[in-house]
Amino acid sequence: MKILVPVKRVVDFNVKVRVKADQSGVELANVKMSMNPFCEIAIEEALRLREAGKATEVIAVSAGPAACQETLRTALAMGADRAILVETDVELQPLAVAKLLKAVVAKESPGLVILGKQAIDDDANQTGQMLAALLDWPQAVFASKVEIGAGVATVMREIDGGMETVEVTMPAIVTADLRLNTPRYATLPNIMKAKKKPLEVLKPADLGVDVTARLKILKVVEPGKRKAGVMVKDVAELVDKLKNEAKVI
Amino acid sequence: MAALVVAEHDNTQLKGGTANAVTAASQMGGEVHVLVAGSGAKAAADAAAKLAGVTKVLHVDASHYAGGLAENFAALVVGMAKDYSHIVASASAFGKGFMPRVAALLDVAQVSEISAVESSDTFVRPIYAGSAFATIQSSDAVKVVTVRSTGFEAAKATGSAPVESAAAGPDKQQSKVISQELTKSARPELAGARRVVSGGRGLASGENFKMLESLADKLGAAIGASRAAVDSGYVPNDYQVGQTGKIVAPELYIAVGISGAIQHLAGMKDSKVIVAINKDPEAPIFQVADYGLVGDLFQVVPELTSKL
Ligand SMILES: Cc1cc2nc3c(=O)[nH]c(=O)nc-3n(C[C@H](O)[C@H](O)[C@H](O)COP(=O)(O)OP(=O)(O)OC[C@H]3O[C@@H](n4cnc5c(N)ncnc54)[C@H](O)[C@@H]3O)c2cc1C
Ligand SMILES: Nc1ncnc2c1ncn2[C@@H]1O[C@H](COP(=O)(O)O)[C@@H](O)[C@H]1O
Repeated sequence: MKILVPVKRVVDFNVKVRVKADQSGVELANVKMSMNPFCEIAIEEALRLREAGKATEVIAVSAGPAACQETLRTALAMGADRAILVETDVELQPLAVAKLLKAVVAKESPGLVILGKQAIDDDANQTGQMLAALLDWPQAVFASKVEIGAGVATVMREIDGGMETVEVTMPAIVTADLRLNTPRYATLPNIMKAKKKPLEVLKPADLGVDVTARLKILKVVEPGKRKAGVMVKDVAELVDKLKNEAKVI
Repeated sequence: MAALVVAEHDNTQLKGGTANAVTAASQMGGEVHVLVAGSGAKAAADAAAKLAGVTKVLHVDASHYAGGLAENFAALVVGMAKDYSHIVASASAFGKGFMPRVAALLDVAQVSEISAVESSDTFVRPIYAGSAFATIQSSDAVKVVTVRSTGFEAAKATGSAPVESAAAGPDKQQSKVISQELTKSARPELAGARRVVSGGRGLASGENFKMLESLADKLGAAIGASRAAVDSGYVPNDYQVGQTGKIVAPELYIAVGISGAIQHLAGMKDSKVIVAINKDPEAPIFQVADYGLVGDLFQVVPELTSKL
């Protein structure tokens, strides 16, 4: 069984994001970019399934500009076998990504696609579910444990009130939540080896997909600032402020 | 045209921000219908009929809606979509699960977790963990929208709409729920609580969370946590507040031993009053706190509990 893992290149989670003065978006020039953290977890899970003999090949795929090759090299350095870049400079929205991924699935016939639950830039939390719908596959999203059985996957997932275990028929879509695993670091020798692993580059047109954006971003602004607070010297003052000033207790 | 709000419920009550989603839908311009699909969920349908602004409730009763499975809910909603200009649901785990499927099957974009409605086709939503807010316009024929509960008041139970039964959709039989382990607590539900006491890595153990429980019980508060506290196993997953956990906006949020990473702030900085207790005066949490107290939580928390 092949496992396909879509990985997104995003602004590193440690970067303090700034809005552009013209309100057209956030500042991306000279900002550190990394693999979306949930995608690292997705790669790690795929690697563990391969190491456990449940999968034969792990293929990382990314859609976006040429710079996504770096993200794919990171996936290869972690241990993915090969990579596919669907290269485009068009700003991709989740529906377009899902359509591109559907076409890649048609080419590769994986038994499982593991995505991140959410990209930390757009915070959309859509792509995996959309891909599942386009393929008419079942989904197990927000996974914190994945077990592969005969023709089925049993997935424990995080829900609002606690945990839920679902069984899905394969092929299936899984999206990774934070507690699924702790991703490995790429070691230096593996980073070197990754440079020689195959990385195929395709264009949306090769896949017959129209990636035109459906949503128009009218403006992007900074969030409202909270008014400055005060420091209190002790518990007594805190209780007094909460009672008599804020009137919340 | 009308908006269809897909309800989340436990058969008897509406849950997960459904009443807030109704308020958002009311601002989109047309009538508001609510779909209550479940197995034996008539009581929930009746509850939906009482929500202010709702003009009709569609009640679908079939056993394959019992588990809230995304495959079945998406198929049902897509079958109804031609009558609607908007499909709306709360951005709860349930809504996040099936709504993108609905959008993809309709070949439209989804607008995720809106915090405000500007007009029938334009919405505001946070991006980059709330570091920025984007105003987004959809040109799709049907707008598929999930709603962040903290952006909208819950619709009050002052209405009386008719409840009609509607036909079930297909049972896709692609997935099934094997079991659920729900966190049991007598305290209020975190997402809708008026007061929240949250603990972070500073608590140092699950055992120490008992201290926060005493404080929470004095205040009638729910308990939340940072990712670090959850990852360390101090408390269950569903306690996590933040960008990738729950979004809360209570009247009072007390952050104890939490540094205030942007990913945590994303989930609580719309709270009305924020209190931070931390031994590090430089901790970023103090920048959003209305009242900051620098001190050792192991002394401060018991003292606070006793003084309330
Ligand atoms: C993809 C991604 C998603 C994330 N999503 C979330 C999310 O949804 N929610 C979330 O919370 N985080 C999230 N994080 C993690 C986030 O970046 C921080 O790592 C996390 O919030 C830190 O938790 P903390 O404040 O408890 O721990 P720390 O940052 O370690 O802070 C502990 C604090 O406790 C204080 N302290 C220690 N001992 C005491 C004492 N005795 N008395 C008083 N104070 C004390 C310290 O001064 C310190 O400020 C995410 C990260 C990533 C990469
Ligand atoms: N441009 C992209 N290229 C590859 N994978 C993506 C891309 N965008 C989103 N994904 C995948 O979809 C997941 C969820 O993203 P989103 O729906 O944008 O929150 C990510 O964690 C990735 O696994």
